[in-house]
Amino acid sequence: MIPADLTVILPEIVLALSSMAALLVAVYTRKDLLAPALVWGMAALMLILAIWIGTSGGASRQAFNGMFIDDGFARFAKVAILLSAAAVLVMGQEYMQRRNMLRFEYPILVALSAVGMMVMVSAGNLMSLYMGLELQSLALYVVASLRRDSLKSTEAGLKYFVLGALSSGLLLYGASLVYGFAGTTDFAGIYAVAQHGEVSLGLLFGLVFVISGLAFKISAVPFHMWTPDVYEGAPTPVTAFFASAPKVAAMGLFARVMHDAFGAAVQDWSQIVALLSLLSMFFGAIAAIGQRDIKRLMAYSSIAHMGYALMGLAAGTAYGVQALLVYMAIYVSMNIGTFAFILMLEKDGKPVTDISALNLYARREPGKAAAMLILLFSLAGVPPMLGFFGKIYVLTAAYEAGLVWLVVSGVIAAVIGAFYYLRIVYYIYFGEEGEELDSNRSPVLWGFLMASAAVMLLGIINMFGLEGAAAAAAATLVN
Amino acid sequence: MTVFAFYLFALSAIAGGLLTVISRQPVHSVLWLILAFISSAGLFVLLGAEFVAMLLVIVYVGAVAVLFLFVVMMLDVDFAELKAEMARYMPLALLIGVVILMQFVMAYGAWESAPAAADQLAQPIPDDRHNSEALGLIIYDQYFLLFQLSGLILLVAMIGAIVLTLRHRQDVKRQDVVAQMMRDPAAAMELKDVKPGQGL
Repeated sequence: MIPADLTVILPEIVLALSSMAALLVAVYTRKDLLAPALVWGMAALMLILAIWIGTSGGASRQAFNGMFIDDGFARFAKVAILLSAAAVLVMGQEYMQRRNMLRFEYPILVALSAVGMMVMVSAGNLMSLYMGLELQSLALYVVASLRRDSLKSTEAGLKYFVLGALSSGLLLYGASLVYGFAGTTDFAGIYAVAQHGEVSLGLLFGLVFVISGLAFKISAVPFHMWTPDVYEGAPTPVTAFFASAPKVAAMGLFARVMHDAFGAAVQDWSQIVALLSLLSMFFGAIAAIGQRDIKRLMAYSSIAHMGYALMGLAAGTAYGVQALLVYMAIYVSMNIGTFAFILMLEKDGKPVTDISALNLYARREPGKAAAMLILLFSLAGVPPMLGFFGKIYVLTAAYEAGLVWLVVSGVIAAVIGAFYYLRIVYYIYFGEEGEELDSNRSPVLWGFLMASAAVMLLGIINMFGLEGAAAAAAATLVN
Repeated sequence: MTVFAFYLFALSAIAGGLLTVISRQPVHSVLWLILAFISSAGLFVLLGAEFVAMLLVIVYVGAVAVLFLFVVMMLDVDFAELKAEMARYMPLALLIGVVILMQFVMAYGAWESAPAAADQLAQPIPDDRHNSEALGLIIYDQYFLLFQLSGLILLVAMIGAIVLTLRHRQDVKRQDVVAQMMRDPAAAMELKDVKPGQGL
């Protein structure tokens, strides 16, 4: 039984074993001098694994008595996770090295947290869900406080850790209530039990706690408090990582639990998720208006984007899950470009995060300014860019599921949110004369910024076949 | 008798938990925590899970609580100030606590397991095996994946602790095992013949 199971989790095993091998090699040889090589090596490995998983295809497979599910949905999410983690690793390498933050543990911790994320999106049992989640979060807590001599970075790590532990507690409590009701932690078993008759109060209680724990991980309002502080305090490459792969993983896990385990109680969770979505969209849009720090601003932006992604989930249909996947893929590719831009902002060798430092940036760097303009328009959801189509997708899904009030408020929140994205555009193109930023000529960051902007423009032709892949992935989850 | 033991352990666990939170002395808090752990171990024994009960006593009481005691005594934290801070938020916290408690009472008052739950209980305790044997059989077989994943989690915890705290100091003398082994008596020692009454 075990060898057959092991072939199903082969990508995870490869990633976990290579990070352990990398750890051993680095410890016994040149330590931090090896770090840049490890970063590129891990990124290359993740890329290869993403291609492998992406092309493997095939039917849904289960391993370890249903603990681990390998289906189209999991594969879609894993490709997104691995690609974004690889991109972020490569992007941050030069930035961290110049500031003496690049330690050889960084790529290893990122790889191990990617293993956790892969387990999360493949979880078929409340216990494997929790294990994947903890593996992921624990590595994230550490990388958040990687710059241990900085007060803000350690504060970010500690805050994330304490609140993360609290949310894990909520999730576990909810899981225990669900187990108490259903007598099993297996998703299929919970589904079967919930199918009979009315959904009982016990299951509903557990469901609410599980949703609270998961909402914390995707930073949906009202469980968002940690996000701005952690985004601001963590080193910028780590912030870029937080805003990409873990979000996809947590969202994938959310959709997996809701549909696989509680698929028989769609009406019950759909309204909770819709409320989370509504609050996140509005809070993200309104609270970002007063922000001057671009990292904090991106934190609120991610809260708002999670609100839109949740709208797809709230629809409770296969089309909704498809919209969610498309939205997350677009969101991650936008964020990678935006953070490449943020990583390039520096003055006298020090990172700059104040948005007023961008005054008249377009005069000095017209190319980068134009790319950022496209990305900001896309983040705001202005029509010709890909971000607009992502929003249209989730709005359509919610509309078809009869959540008209949610659609209307989503559109209103998008209009409010557009203000702060467009204000950055204003600074870049029409701001006042101010001190100049250094001109950063990192080819890697430039490449990611331009590629991401190009994706936002060219994607509108056919979304690079994303729709079809997302539809196939959603069909394996919801049936 | 079982019912009596259950209520005894349950009440002392709750009392221990409550006193952990409200006692003034942090050292007392840890002692109450130990009471809560031991009472929970008693509850596990009542459930027939002796192995878990013993683990709870050995790991939590023996290691974790003692570690807490050290931390409490070593850290220079002004607990009186923390308590004063807590007192400020007490009314609101009490209100929320009472509301949540009422909701729980309502939820558990109407609690019922699914009719099918008993049939698909994940792991009923087997009659013919010892606790530890039965646990070993499912951990290394059915829950093999989870077992390995928890190993990975511990590895991450270890890496994290080292990343965040290890600092290489240049002024510390380190042990060089190879140099120690390559030492030979001829190079390390000098034999002098000391004549009586003359000194060196």
